[in-house]
Amino acid sequence: MAYTEEELKKELETKEYEYGFYTDIESDTFPKGLNEDIVRAISKKKNEPQWMTDWRLEAFRIWEKMEEPEWANVHYEKPDFQAISYYSAPKAADPNKSLEDVDPDLLEMYRKLGISVDEQKKLQNVAVDIVVDSVSVATTFKKTLAEKGIIFMPISEAIQEHPELVKKYMGTIVPKTDNFYAALNSAVFTDGSFCYIPKGVRCPMELSTYFRINEGGTGQFERTLVIADESSYVSYLEGCTAPSRDENQLHAAVVELIALDDAEIKYSTVQNWYPGNAEGKGGVYNFVTKRGLCEKNAKISWTQVETGSAVTWKYPSCILKGNNSVGEFYSIAVTNNYQQADTGTKMIHLGKNTRSTIISKGISAGKSQNSYRGLVQIGARAANARNFSQCDSLLMGNECGAHTFPYIEVKNKSAQIEHEATTSKIGEDQIFYCNQRGIETEKAIALIVNGFSKEVLNKLPMEFAVEAQKLLEISLEGSVG
Amino acid sequence: MLKINDLHASVEDKEILKGINLSVNAGEVHAIMGPNGSGKSTLASVIAGKEEFEVTKGNVVLNGEDLEDDSPEDRAHKGVFLSFQYPVEIPGVSVTNFMKTAINESRKAKGLEDMPAKEMLKMIREKAEMLEIDRKFLSRSLNEGFSGGEKKRNEIFQMAMLEPKLAILDETDSGLDIDALRIVANGVNKLKSKDNAVIVITHYQRLLEYIVPDFVHVLHNGKIVKSGGKELALELEAKGYDWIKNEAVV
Ligand SMILES: Nc1ncnc2c1ncn2[C@@H]1O[C@H](COP(=O)(O)OP(=O)(O)OP(=O)(O)O)[C@@H](O)[C@H]1O
Ligand SMILES: [Mg+2]
Repeated sequence: MAYTEEELKKELETKEYEYGFYTDIESDTFPKGLNEDIVRAISKKKNEPQWMTDWRLEAFRIWEKMEEPEWANVHYEKPDFQAISYYSAPKAADPNKSLEDVDPDLLEMYRKLGISVDEQKKLQNVAVDIVVDSVSVATTFKKTLAEKGIIFMPISEAIQEHPELVKKYMGTIVPKTDNFYAALNSAVFTDGSFCYIPKGVRCPMELSTYFRINEGGTGQFERTLVIADESSYVSYLEGCTAPSRDENQLHAAVVELIALDDAEIKYSTVQNWYPGNAEGKGGVYNFVTKRGLCEKNAKISWTQVETGSAVTWKYPSCILKGNNSVGEFYSIAVTNNYQQADTGTKMIHLGKNTRSTIISKGISAGKSQNSYRGLVQIGARAANARNFSQCDSLLMGNECGAHTFPYIEVKNKSAQIEHEATTSKIGEDQIFYCNQRGIETEKAIALIVNGFSKEVLNKLPMEFAVEAQKLLEISLEGSVG
Repeated sequence: MLKINDLHASVEDKEILKGINLSVNAGEVHAIMGPNGSGKSTLASVIAGKEEFEVTKGNVVLNGEDLEDDSPEDRAHKGVFLSFQYPVEIPGVSVTNFMKTAINESRKAKGLEDMPAKEMLKMIREKAEMLEIDRKFLSRSLNEGFSGGEKKRNEIFQMAMLEPKLAILDETDSGLDIDALRIVANGVNKLKSKDNAVIVITHYQRLLEYIVPDFVHVLHNGKIVKSGGKELALELEAKGYDWIKNEAVV
């Protein structure tokens, strides 16, 4: 059948979450609720040194006094933070295990996701640090990396093995006081990744982590810290998906990037957490704080493909502190059914000759709401700062919304700022044109969406680009036969 | 090959095609002419299966099969090709990628494997050469920022790639410069065979000097009011449509 608005709408509404399954893994789960004792217990469970416990407690005390923010263009039932269990570890996990010893249930889960560990092992040039719930289950390629002096490990291990680095950098980019969710994360984070690239080293492979929420009713609070020392380079991939669950799951991650002089960090994310069903029930709340700091001549690129979660609140940002530093943000955000996304970036220009580029592609379908929120701030001393922003929205159907909130603050007259925005709709004429060439409607939509997103997809590392394209299709195509 | 019987079609309750009868055999070229708004493009769209138009009476039969229940893509798979009067833009999708998708979708419908990349490239090279299309052009986004003439040439490139049974060219000549017209018309002639048929919609005799029609039909107010040989086009060029309109009223 050829395309009509009505049919497209139906098609999109019948889409079910592709990865909607739930693997039974025995978990070691804390009682629900949050207080100082729980924070201490988490720290103890992780065998943390006292300084870390104190750090968490301080964060907890800050969080207790904070209010959940309401300024974003999203509407949801506030999570009950006392109804969440803050620690859950798959019992089978053992840090001394090799990949081959991994729980077969987990392997099965990865197989369903199309990212089986076996397959990953074969994937050359990709080191994988898999996080299931809150404990890292397996780390690969550690040796190869170690030869170059690269540290890539779960943050809990880094706290034990490299306390000086963790102590020096953690919380410097996203302080405990930054915002409600960052404070919460600082108090209760249970895992995440730590990465350090030594001076002058070019990381020979893409560092990749697959995050996954597995236990019903638990939130996940990862903490990621990437430090690229002077003149080093690293490309980091983060991908995730979650099983289909009815209750809302909270996710509040913190990612801190530090690019020292002349260093470059590429951080790519594909996010496909459970968006809730077609009626808007369930789904992950994704409240993420991601921020990077660029020293002199450094560069940080954030690339993200966001297709999942019921509510997304996420603004990967760059603080361009050093002269001649560069910040980039490339984003594709897809919302369907009742999904809500409020995402964008902040480019804070402090140094001279700093440059930033923002390319944001929002695709909305169903009854979803998709907002871009971006801040470009040029400080008084940031002479000759330049920014280019482009925000494009693609609408499918008449019931969804696309919103753009660009904020610009300039304190230096030499700044050059360009902002472009477009909104378009997938037209019946485009669909008919494709149909006439023998391309069915579903495929036509995928083609048009991929075309619309191309500038951003092109920024992803190859392995990821293919996966991301597939995700775009899964997120938007119906299950029409 | 194509048989159209007493075809009536309307959009939003407005009848546009009011009883079209047309028979096209394999190996033939038919030209359809007629004043603006007479329903030429609508006829082309209805043959191609655009659902915006409701067929209220009559039918379109291709190789003995009534197309009524066929979607536009089904019809395309059966060999119907429409060179659009106004080709649409698809940003970010290169001509090559679009063609690759179109060809492989058609093959899939026929139960065939994807065309091997090597074969596809060879075909693209050949057809682009035939139509004197710069290969760089093929990596550009489909129709985005193309000039009027480039769009039309690209339509014929697609036709060459898809090798249709029935090609309908809706004002392919408009927008083409004199050289381009010759190149495109030659391309169409090369694609012509005893097994396929072409319907050319045009306002001008000039195209028909290159693509010589076996029959010329005049569409007026949703009906074919006059049919003849290629000389009819010359007569129209000289006299305009008024005399036919008057004849039709009588
Ligand atoms: N979607 C539509 N809604 C309303 N009217 C339409 C629609 N499509 C076509 N029409 C009308 O149908 C009539 C025939 O249009 P059509 O495009 O078929 O003419 P044409 O013969 O191709 O004209 P031209 O020579 O200008 O290309 C016109 O009056 C046009 O306005
Ligand atoms: Mg027309």
